Amino acid sequence: MSEQLVNTKSQNEYAMSSPPSGFQVIIREFKKDKLAMFSLVGLFVTLLAIFIVANFIDQDQLMKVSPRDKFAEPGEKFFFGADQGGRSISGQLILGARNSITIAFFVTLITGFIGIAVGLITGYFGGWIDNIFMRIIDFFITIPSLMIIIVLVTMIPKYTVTEFIFIMSTFLWVGTARLVRSKSLTESRRDYVNASKTMGTRDTTIIFKEIMPNLSSILIVEMTLNFAGNVGLETGLSYLGFGLPPSVPSLGTLVSYANNPLILEEKWWVWLPASLLILFLMLAINYVGQAIRRSADAKQRLG
Amino acid sequence: MIPQLLILSLLIFIMAKQMPGDPFTGLITPESDANRIEELREEAGFYDPWYVQYANWIIGVAQGDFGKSYTYKVPVADLIGERAMNTLWLSLLSVVLLYLIAIPLGVLAGRYQDTLVDKSIVLYSFVSYAIPTFVLGLIFLFLFGYQLGWFPTAGTVDIKYEESTKAYIWSKIYHMLLPAITYAVLGTTGVIQYLRSEIIDSKSMDYVRTARSKGIPIRKVYSKHIFRNSLLPIAAFFGFTITGLLGGSIFIESIFGYPGMGQLFMQSISSRDYSVITALVLLFGFLTLLGSLLSDIIMSIVDPRIRID
Repeated sequence: MSEQLVNTKSQNEYAMSSPPSGFQVIIREFKKDKLAMFSLVGLFVTLLAIFIVANFIDQDQLMKVSPRDKFAEPGEKFFFGADQGGRSISGQLILGARNSITIAFFVTLITGFIGIAVGLITGYFGGWIDNIFMRIIDFFITIPSLMIIIVLVTMIPKYTVTEFIFIMSTFLWVGTARLVRSKSLTESRRDYVNASKTMGTRDTTIIFKEIMPNLSSILIVEMTLNFAGNVGLETGLSYLGFGLPPSVPSLGTLVSYANNPLILEEKWWVWLPASLLILFLMLAINYVGQAIRRSADAKQRLG
Repeated sequence: MIPQLLILSLLIFIMAKQMPGDPFTGLITPESDANRIEELREEAGFYDPWYVQYANWIIGVAQGDFGKSYTYKVPVADLIGERAMNTLWLSLLSVVLLYLIAIPLGVLAGRYQDTLVDKSIVLYSFVSYAIPTFVLGLIFLFLFGYQLGWFPTAGTVDIKYEESTKAYIWSKIYHMLLPAITYAVLGTTGVIQYLRSEIIDSKSMDYVRTARSKGIPIRKVYSKHIFRNSLLPIAAFFGFTITGLLGGSIFIESIFGYPGMGQLFMQSISSRDYSVITALVLLFGFLTLLGSLLSDIIMSIVDPRIRID
């Protein structure tokens, strides 16, 4: 009995002696929060399934119109039924989800890269560099970006997925830049940065090798939440008809069939699965993001 | 604010110039003379250098003249004015509902921190944050509009009522209710979370302890002391709520078939009605700026510490 006590104590001491790394803290947080763990596993399995199955589906074959199967009900031939063109809903769901997630991923990557770079640099240097960029950021925040994205999408003559990603990225780096700037502003006034400056370290080294790692947890959280937001925005734009080109399946396009009252009321299998999938993706990614955010802040940690 | 609007207007002008077609394309009919159209173009300054055209346009805009709609053949200002009232009423109702839902929930969550009530409210605010507007809108429309039949599914008013009677006004509100509820449910997150964390922070403040030690009952401390102080950030939030409403109106009005500015924008895009599009983008930009200005003004009124000399 007493031996056991001693044993656990020494283990505790061992654990205490080195502070847990960022990754360990995140794992502990997920172990403690069952719902976050469930979201993470569910998300992982869903994404894996979508990306594997999507490889076996031929997009041209899938998007071929076959009037005989118009509004086929869920059953043997089509697992989730078919839309008004007789195209399989389940196939469109999988390809659509893959497209939405890929687009959101690239947009997150591009906006993250620009936003973090701009935020770190303006926050570190301050002064006139900060002033100029803040004017630009202020401008971007006050323009109705959703409308301008829609106008741009209709304007561009040769419109593909790549253009769509760039149009979205143009307007979405601003939020990240503003957040990172405010964090970098306080971080840059810390003693270790001053010490590093006195030793003659180059500015780029200080910014990207010293300040950025110290902000990494915030950056990860921001990117995760942005990812969820981008999935929502992409599907939303496709829903309005200004996202992916019509020949490319998208979750938003599937949901937009519900604009027809007949489909909304009676052909639930056309739009409901896509809506629920979007809902699940958004909730799960956000929940995972919240859990990481909590683990980044010692005061909010559960585990 | 003025320079920002000018840059935005320049941006929109350049975009409008890039778009195919011009105000006279819509006038071309089989009988019209190609030379006459060319003359009209010449007269209207179509071949002027772009900066002259921009100057003419922006002077017109400053005087409230946005040009003519290509599809409806009426001045853009009239067209927007009609729809703007609809959007305004819808926004007003949404804001009222939003605060009716959010403030009690935020106060409850803050007061009964870490209880089941708090946890379910936090979960609710999280879910409403994560759901995209169009998904919730469609599900509400499907459930309450079609399946249960509680609400009308499109339009602003029943045509059978005469204008400015009680029944007419009620019918108008009734039509706005479902879109407004959808918006309110989605918009609550920020208010709830701010209010909750403000109240939790206030609990341990000195003035609360002073009030308690004077013998003021807990209920009164919450309603009179903590609540008032916690409302500060909410007031600041107000301007941004308006901004959010404008962005959301595009989705909400498309889903619920509500003829406001958002729907007008979508229609103009699909009919390529460029003068309406540019006017709407500029108007939305202006209103967004107004929203953030309003936030600053409200903030400086309610919190003297932030006032700038």
